[in-house]
Parts: sequence; structure tokens; C-alpha cells
Amino acid sequence: MVNGFALGAVLFIVAIGLSLVFGTMDVLNLAHGSISLIGAYVGVAVLGGGASSAMSFVAVLIAAMIGLLAGVLLAVLTTSVTDHLRQAMLTLGVAMIAGDVLLMIFGGDVKSVAPPPALAGTITVLGAPAPVYRLVLIGVGLVVGIGLWLLLEKTQIGAIVRATVADRGMVEAIGVRTRLVLAGVFGGGAALAAVGGLIAAPLLGAQPGNDNLILLYALVIVVIGGLGSFKGAAVGALLVGQVQTLGVYFLATYASFLMFAVMAAVLLIKPSGLLPAKHGGGGH
Amino acid sequence: MSTVTDPEVASDTSGGATRALKQPRRWLGLVLVVVALAVLVSLPFWMPPYPVGLASRILAFALLVVSVDLLTGYTGLPTLGQVAYFGAGAYTAGLVGLHVSTNAFVQLIAGTLAAALLALITGLVAVRTKGFVFLMVTLAIAELAHKQAEAMPLTGGSNGLSTPAITLLPGGEPIRLAGLVYFWVLFVFVLGVVLAYILVKSPMGRSMRGIRDGEGRMRAIGRRTYMVKLVAFTFAGSLAGMAGTAWTAQARFVSPGDMAFALAAIALLSVVLGGAGTIWGPIIAAALVLIIRDYVGTFVDGRGATILGIVFVLAVFLLPRGIAGLARRRNRARAGGTPVAGEA
Repeated sequence: MVNGFALGAVLFIVAIGLSLVFGTMDVLNLAHGSISLIGAYVGVAVLGGGASSAMSFVAVLIAAMIGLLAGVLLAVLTTSVTDHLRQAMLTLGVAMIAGDVLLMIFGGDVKSVAPPPALAGTITVLGAPAPVYRLVLIGVGLVVGIGLWLLLEKTQIGAIVRATVADRGMVEAIGVRTRLVLAGVFGGGAALAAVGGLIAAPLLGAQPGNDNLILLYALVIVVIGGLGSFKGAAVGALLVGQVQTLGVYFLATYASFLMFAVMAAVLLIKPSGLLPAKHGGGGH
Repeated sequence: MSTVTDPEVASDTSGGATRALKQPRRWLGLVLVVVALAVLVSLPFWMPPYPVGLASRILAFALLVVSVDLLTGYTGLPTLGQVAYFGAGAYTAGLVGLHVSTNAFVQLIAGTLAAALLALITGLVAVRTKGFVFLMVTLAIAELAHKQAEAMPLTGGSNGLSTPAITLLPGGEPIRLAGLVYFWVLFVFVLGVVLAYILVKSPMGRSMRGIRDGEGRMRAIGRRTYMVKLVAFTFAGSLAGMAGTAWTAQARFVSPGDMAFALAAIALLSVVLGGAGTIWGPIIAAALVLIIRDYVGTFVDGRGATILGIVFVLAVFLLPRGIAGLARRRNRARAGGTPVAGEA
């Protein structure tokens, strides 16, 4: 259970970034998984086999910065591309380049990343042993989720972002530079992907192909939860985290089978996902 | 009808007024097709065996791309799932080859039927959705099929299957020479493309484009769009299955890798690169993509993926309507010929 929640928490952080960008900019960023993999490789480069806890904070900062830059770059690239097929071509093209460059730098083998030493042990929760790092991940997931929710729903910044989504012309008219807002959202979403990839690295390892894997997870979560929906991404991530972890435990070869079966079942019952976004969202 | 402004639709449906104007162009098209066929047929006579093998792979892959195009370009349903039916065709052909008959025609028919059946069953669910959700559902179908192929003993798991060489006549010699296998693949390719062409020119094809351009309108005039989409999905699946049998015939090996996300992605991108909603554009793009990945890549230290990625990114900005859009723009503005992006 703890493992499932931990995986779910990490996947939530990655998926919410994808959902945020799709919900606000209507861009399906298929390079999202690649940004996560970059985050994981930041872990390899900075932390390697095991480094001090201080270095771990540095790694998080570096990953966030790289993610932010990548997101802003993608935002600039996609501004004039509104057709979804061409967006797919653009972002998948970027993903192919990124994957190949990472392969060139870090090689094809699996690199493992150790969690920070302070978080390496195991403690007993409710009578069952649980790795501290995974518990921390659950906490981080909760903090990110609640923090983002507060940011979007309760602050001025969140109000501007939501208003930009609802009526870009009107927000522009009152003097807000919406392109900056959107670039900021894209950068933030990508930074979440990179940090998610980094803190997931001790669980998933870093290797070529993980970019597609993480992208698949994130897409499935976003579809299960409902496109552009915040709560949906949380529910979807928990569901996928549990299904995936229990699936691997009980019937290893059919684990991803289960995940997609859950998605198919959800879509059959509710074609727009479990908790679709209230405004707009659906019409594609 | 006359209010349709999309040039694609206008030229495809050939309304009465434009027919006279288009006649010379149609002749030009016919001549080009004949020349292309002549080149394709003569290929093994002037090319060394390795490129001929690559050409066989290109033809099989191009047929897969055409099947993606029928859904994505003509019906407006972006799909990452055609590799599932491609794999179904490939595995069926391989298993028939191993256990029943090495006859290529038997394998072609069995593989196509198996893919059609799988497409019909999965299509019942898939075509209820559209847009991004359809993309995800088809991706799920492909992943499920991929995992299934990896898990089953029948398909040899992740090791794949080595399959025997095909024969053309009952009791005939197995065909091993790359040049001869190429002719079989070319036959399957031409058959598939002709079938696709007949489909898109038929009333059925018009209904497909109608759904792409406004499904609500189609429903309003009383079309049962669900049935149209299901038929299109099954037909496209069959074509992908045909492509799969051709793939097995040339590779003599099938593995779960033939159903992977990466292949689905480059098949979809080939359609966008070539120009969704035309048949010839995606075929050219398919050739370009495989040549870059498998041939040019070997010259630059295996960095084919980077080059391919750069081509896709550049194409988004330089070729708004894909490769097919180039020809159209040329025809529009006779003089001044638009500068062509340096690919090829």
C-alpha cells in the first residue's frame, strides 16, 4: 500500500504538470516524459551512488531550473501551433531528440539513484515496515498537491491564470501579458515533471525508455481523471499507483494490462474521465 | 457543398465545376503513378541487396502509414493503435508459416482476417470516443496487444518468432532472395494502396471526410456515424494487418518490438509529415522516415533519432500542410516556386 501511494504521489506530480499545461494552453506536451527523464538523470549526475542530503536539495533546484527552461522553450515553440496533430509532431520530435541526446551522454544501461542518506532507513507504520523515502514521497505529493491548489484557487496569480484560460482577450485588455502567464504555466508544469522525475529516480531508476514509460503513466492518469482536472489527476494518480504496484505484486506480467484495463473501463462508463474539469475542457 | 472552403475537400470530392480544370492534373498524376511503379518494379535490378531489403521494409511500413492515414487524415481520428493490427497480421502470418503453410497468399489472407477481426472487436469500444481520448484508447489497445505478445508462449514471448521463408505456389521453392521477397511485398503494398484509394473515392470515403469536418452535421443529415467509423476502423485495421504480413515475409522474424510505441509514433508522425488526408504524401514521408532512421542514421554514428526529431520539428514550421502541401502550393502559385525545405 505504501509503495502504491508513493508511486502514486510521484506520478501525481508529473501528471499534474501535464494536465496543467493541457488545461491552460491546450497543448498536449508529448515531451513531458522526456523532461522527467532529464530530471532523473540530474539525479544520476549530481547524486550518483549516494551523496549528502544537502546535495539532494541542490539536485532538486537544478532539476527545477532545467525543467523551467525546457518548459519556457516549449511554450515559445508551441505558441503558433494550435493544431493538435502538429503539436504532437513538434513535441514528439523534441522528445526524440532529447531521448537520443540523453542516450548519447548517459549510455544505455540502467543507472540507479540512491535516496538521500537521511531518508534511507525503514520505520514501522501501523505495524508494517515502510521505507522512509517512500513515506516522504507521499508527504511531498500531498504538499505539492495542496500547495498548487492553494496557488491556483486562492491567490492573485491563480486568478490571473484561470482568467487567462477563460478569456484571454479580456485579461490582455486589463493589461496582463498573457504570453508571459502561459509561458510561466508551461515552465511550472515542466519543472514539476523534472522534479517528479528526479524524486522518482530512486524508485524507477534512470534509463532510456523511461521517458515513454513516464509519459504513458501521466497520459493514462490524465485521461482517467479527466483532461485538465486537478482533482482528477490526483484520483487518477492514486488509482494508477495502486493498480500498478498491486499488479506487479500479484500478477507481474499483466501489470500494465491492468492499468490500461482500468482506463478502458473508466472511459466506457464516463467518456470524459472521472472528474472532468468544470469549464471548457471537453470540446476536442 | 459549394461553401466548403477546405482545399483538401474541394479537390477530393471533385465538384462539377472544378472537374474540367482538374483533368490535365489527373493525367499528370496518372503519369507520375506509372513512373513511380516502373521505378519500384525495376528496383531490385539496379540496387544492391541491402537497400532492396530496406525498400521492402519501407513498403510494408508505408502501408501501415496509409492505414493510420485512413483514420487520422480522412476520418479525423488520430491513432497510435494501428501497430496492434500490424502485429496481429505479422504474428498470424508467422504462425501460419510455422504451423500451417508457407504459402504467401494463405498467410496474407489469414493475417488480414485476424487483424480485421481484432480491429472490429476493439473498434466497437474505440470509435465511441474521439480526439485526444481516441488517441489514448488506441494507444491502450496497442500497449495491451504489445504486453499480450510479450506474455504468451504461443508468440515466443519477448524473444519473438523466427518464421520460415514464404512460398508463392503450392509445393514451390521457398523464396529467400531479397529481390524476390521485395516483389511480393510490392504486390501486397500496391494491393493495399489500391484498396485504400477505392475506399476514399467511394461514398464511404466521403462519409469519412464528412465526419472529420463536422460529425454533428453528418448526424444531423441522418448518417449513422458510429457505423461509418466502425467500418473505417475495421478496414484500416485490415490494411495494417496486410502490412504486417508483408513485414513478416521480408524480416522472417516477428517480435513484440514490432508493436511498440516508438513504431506507432513514427507511423502517426509520417502521416502528419506527409500531409494528412492525402495518400501519396504519407507514403513519401514513410519512405523518408525509414531512410533517415535505418540508413542515414548509420552514417552519423547511430544518431538517426536526433535527425528524425529535427526533421519533425522543422516540418512543423516549414511545412504547415505536410509534404503534400508543397505540391498544392506549387500548383496554386505557378510562378515564384516556393523555396523547398532542405530534406530528402
